[in-house]
Formats: sequence, structure tokens, C-alpha cells
Amino acid sequence: MHTRRSFHTAIISGLGSVIGVALGVPTALYLLVTRGSKSKGNFVEAANLTQLQIGKPQEVTFERTRVDGWRTFQEKVLAWVVRTDDQNVVAYAPQCTHLGCAYHWEAPRNQFVCPCHESRFSIDGKVLGGPAARPLDRYPVRVENSKLLIGSEIRKA
Amino acid sequence: MFRRTLAWLEDRTGVESAVKHFLYEDIPASSGWHQVFGSVALFAFLVQVATGILLALNYAPTPPEAYDSLRYIMTQVTAGRFMRALHHWGASLMIIVVVVHMIQAFLWGTYKKPREATWIAGVALLLLTLAYGLSGYLLPWDNRAYWGTVVTTQISALAPGAGPLLVRLLGSDGTSIGAITFTRFYVAHVQILPPLTALLIAIHLFLVRRHGVAPAPSDELQPKKKFYPQQVAKDTIAIFAWFVVLMGMALLARVPLGHLADPTDLSYIPRPEWYFLFLFQFLKWFEGPLEVVGAVILPTLAIVALLLVPFIDRGKMKLVRQRMGAISLVVLAAIFWGGLTARAVATTPETREMDMSLVQPWQEISAGNLASIGLFRKAQCGSCHELGKPGAAPDLTIAPSARPMDWLEEHIKSSPKAPGALTDPQVQMLVTFVTKRSDKAVDAWQNAPQTAVDGALIYQANDCTSCHKLNGIGDELGPPLNGVGERRERSWIEGHFADPPKYSPDSIMPAFHFKPDELKLITDYITAIPK
Repeated sequence: MHTRRSFHTAIISGLGSVIGVALGVPTALYLLVTRGSKSKGNFVEAANLTQLQIGKPQEVTFERTRVDGWRTFQEKVLAWVVRTDDQNVVAYAPQCTHLGCAYHWEAPRNQFVCPCHESRFSIDGKVLGGPAARPLDRYPVRVENSKLLIGSEIRKA
Repeated sequence: MFRRTLAWLEDRTGVESAVKHFLYEDIPASSGWHQVFGSVALFAFLVQVATGILLALNYAPTPPEAYDSLRYIMTQVTAGRFMRALHHWGASLMIIVVVVHMIQAFLWGTYKKPREATWIAGVALLLLTLAYGLSGYLLPWDNRAYWGTVVTTQISALAPGAGPLLVRLLGSDGTSIGAITFTRFYVAHVQILPPLTALLIAIHLFLVRRHGVAPAPSDELQPKKKFYPQQVAKDTIAIFAWFVVLMGMALLARVPLGHLADPTDLSYIPRPEWYFLFLFQFLKWFEGPLEVVGAVILPTLAIVALLLVPFIDRGKMKLVRQRMGAISLVVLAAIFWGGLTARAVATTPETREMDMSLVQPWQEISAGNLASIGLFRKAQCGSCHELGKPGAAPDLTIAPSARPMDWLEEHIKSSPKAPGALTDPQVQMLVTFVTKRSDKAVDAWQNAPQTAVDGALIYQANDCTSCHKLNGIGDELGPPLNGVGERRERSWIEGHFADPPKYSPDSIMPAFHFKPDELKLITDYITAIPK
């Protein structure tokens, strides 16, 4: 009688676990695993190099195609762009690396300043003070025929 | 530690003794395999709840985005196609098990005093299950969903007296359906039906416990058994068997997604889900003013009869094999249902509708773009310009080429791999492509099968574009070619190339005499372009 009982409980827990795994694994995949975007680079023209002054941060807005779930649309994107010399440009993502507020350039202090928690960054993106833990995030950039192309994948420093 | 936590929980909540009380319920000695179906039905419901919530997390419940988001689930979300298949087949398999559960209760006569209310709650649960099927049918918002639901709302309009009110309640204007009907069906499916179902399941289970599992006539003299573990093990095995069937269907049987709902598509012939096919066929017997009898009156009477079963059959409990009346009724009902369903299936016309969840980007770009991809491959550009990774030359998928046109033309003409492989117009086509390609074209560039690309090259070489529109590009002297494979038989298309007037007398299309392999490529290509 005792072995029959344990046989029955073994069936319940055994088959129950198989069902649990067979449903749990696809659920975890469905919720947690996202497919990598196919177009990795997606560079778009953002500005003409001649419009940028060397050593002076400028807000540059440009349009690009964004795929958001089932929707694909044109969206406006903003970058803080610093032309460092003749051929080189740095493009910072416009959000503070602390908690994502929009920061701005304060010319008199020669710093990027975030209005939320007063994180401060130098013109080359380094943290000068405040709670931000890492330098400003960057967009990948390319310069072709004196045109500035900005990619979509934000790179964390 | 665990023991102490458990003891604390038991003391404060009594949860342990409640579970024990539930599991160690007395059940009759005759209990066994014939009583597993209720547990399977409950499990089926839980699977529908779980997969339904998961689908809802990626679903936009408004037309037409409902369609786009479902296509997104099926093509972009990991395991999304599988989840939809689980929910789709789970619904069918749930209806089967609920009906089997009811047939068992009917054959054994377990609805008799004092279990009448249990039976009525069960019939209500069956109706709720069918209501899920009806409301969920609209949610993909493809042609099948749209036209099927148009018929449903029109049937409800036939109800004597209540018809116009029902139609208004369903958000229809009486002829067509739109965003409002959709939202009402969605809300019914996810907000009204689930709590009702949960409540009725609770009542149903409470009543089963209150009156105990129905005993067979010979049970009185036998000692009672416990629900756990023997009967629970049998239930678990039955649940597992049901689950294996569900997994098999979800993995092997494809659930298609048709074209976006189109009220102007007059070619679509709607058919209901298989479990409603018998009603669909039944309706054909009733003509003109009798329509309402088949559509509303008889189905309503059938439901009323089902509810009244315990009050009609009030005799003493008998063994199943002595219940000849009940057995013959079930057999008759099965013949009626099976015959009508078989007739409906036999008269269902074959459909060539494409499964839009399988459509790839190369099927959605212009023939010119796809042919340009063919030129890129023909001139072996990819041996230096590796697509999708940095190689010896720039990866052209990252950004449209910013080089001047004349530079590019010269570059292609003097390509070291295959100099002079392309004619001047072909070079210009390729230059336009690399400077102006869309995101979809980039995907096709990397993934389009060579047979499709070859088909597009033949399409381009024969200048089909100058008369036919395909994926938005081309003139309209001839009919647009999108969906031609859904409108026409393959043999028609192949024959038409060689002798157009034979197939469409007024055609001004010149004859095209393709070699057999070319004919196959071009036919494969144009029939792969969705409507």
C-alpha cells in the first residue's frame, strides 16, 4: 500500500514538473529574450561638417527610422555634437548617465550640466561632479564627404 | 526552519489544513478514469489564461494595429508563434474536453438530485467556453476574423425582439463592424468572460464538494476512497496526455495569419471555427423567413433543453450500461454533429490565401530592388563588400552609399571581381539601389533566396513593370500582380504567359515564351508576392 502511494505521488510530481518546464521555458524565452535588431548600424546623415565649429558643443537634431515593436516610423533624434578637429566629431546621447534627464551645455562654466541632480560633465564627456557614475554615452559617428553620419546604437563609456 | 514557517502559516491562516481537507476528500469506490475530465478542463482553462496574458503583453487591442502586433508576435517575438499556437489550439482542445466532460456527466446521469445546480453551472461554463471562441475569433483582425464576425453579428440581429438591441450591444451598425465591435469583443474576451468563468468554476467546484462526487448505484456498500493521491494521479496522467496533444499541435500545426481585415474584399468566403461548422451547415436548411428558426430559435431551445436535463430525467441512479436512452441520445447527437460538420468541410472551397506571418521582406520590395540585389550578386560585389560585417570593403548595409553617382558607376564597371559583368542600364540600377535602398531592401539583400532574385531578374529583363504594378511600382496598363497567386491557379498563370488571349480574351499582353526553368522562376516569383 505504501509503495502504491509513493508511486502515485511520483506520477503527480513527475508529470507536473514536466508540464511546468514545458510551459515555463517558452514563457521565459517569450518574456526575456529579445531578438537582436537586424540593421545594426543604421547610420543617417545628421549635419554638414561645415556647420560645426571646432570645440563648441552644438545640439543637432535629425530624423531616423525607428522600429518600435510592430510600429515603424520616422522620429526626431537629438545629439550633442562636438567637432574636435578637422575630421573628427563626437556625438553624445542627450541623456544624463545618472538617471536619464536631458542635460545642456553651459558655455560660461564650460560644462554640460544636468538640471535634475546637478551632474556635471566636461566637453570630452568626463564626469566633473555630481552623482553620475560614468561619462556621457556616445553615438557611433562616421564622416563621409564632409557629412556627419550618426548611428543608432548608443555606446556606454 | 521550514517546518516552523509552515507551522506559523498554518496557525495564522489554516492554509495547510485547508489543502489537506481538499486533497483528502472522500470519493466513491467507483471513482476512476471516467472522472478525470473536469480536472483536464480546469487545466485547459489555466493554460488559456496564462497564454492569453502573455499574448496580451505584446498585443495592441485596436484595429488595425491588432493585426500588426499579432504579426509582430508571430514573426519577431521569441517563442511568439508558439505562444499563439498554444492559445489557438488550446481553445479547440478546451472545447473538446469540456464537451467530453459534459457527455460523461450525461451518460452517467450525475446531474440527478441533488446535483441539478452543478449541472446547470456546467452548462453555463460550456456556453462561456463557446463565447471565448466567438469573441477571440475577431482578435487577429484578418479577413477570416472580420468576415466571420460580420456573420456572427448578423445572426444576432435575427433574434426575435432583441435583435436590434443585441446588434447595438455588439457595437455594429447592422451591416458592417469596426473599431467599436472590436473593442467590445476584446473587452468581453479579457475582462468580462474571465471573472465570470472564475466565479462559475468556483460555484461548480463548491457544488461538487457540497454533494460529493456522484456515486454509482453499487457504491453504497463499498468503503470510500480518498481523492489524493490515487485519483489525483489519474487526473494528472489525463492532464499530461491532453498537454502532450496540445504541445504536438502547437509545434506541428501552423496557425496562419491571413490578410488584414478588408471590408471591400468580396472574394473572401468566411467559414466559422470547426466547432461551429455544424451550425453554419444547419443554417442552409432554413430558407427565407424560416431563417430565424435555424439561426436563433432552435439553438436557443437546444440550450434550454440542456439546462432542463436534470428536471426531465428524474429517475433513480442506474449503471451506465443500463442507460440506453442516454447512450442513444449521445450517439444521435454525435451523428447529427458529425454529419453536418463533414458536409460543411466537404463543401469548403480550397483557399490559396497566403499566410502573412510567413511573408519575408523580399516579398514586399519592388521587383527592381530585388533585381538590383541580383545584379549585386551577379557582379560578385559581395566578395569584397560582405553584407552585415566589415570586410575588405565597406559594409553597405550600414548606411546608403554617400559617394557621387559617377564615382559609383565607374567603381562598379571596373570592379576587379567581374569587370563588365553588367550592362550600362544595369550599372545605373545598382547605383540607384545602393544609394537609396530601404530597410526592408537591406533585409532582402542579405536573406532573399537566389531563386526569387533570379525570378525578379527575369521580371526586370522582360520589362513587366511597364504594364504591371507590383509592390507599388509599375504602370497599370495590365492588372496589378500583387496576390495573383491567390487569385489564379498556377497552371492558368503559366499558360497565360505563352498565350494571353486564350486565357483572357481582351488581353493586350504580348506572348512570352519562356524556357521551362525560366517559366518556373518567374511564376514562383510573382505568385510569392502577397496581396
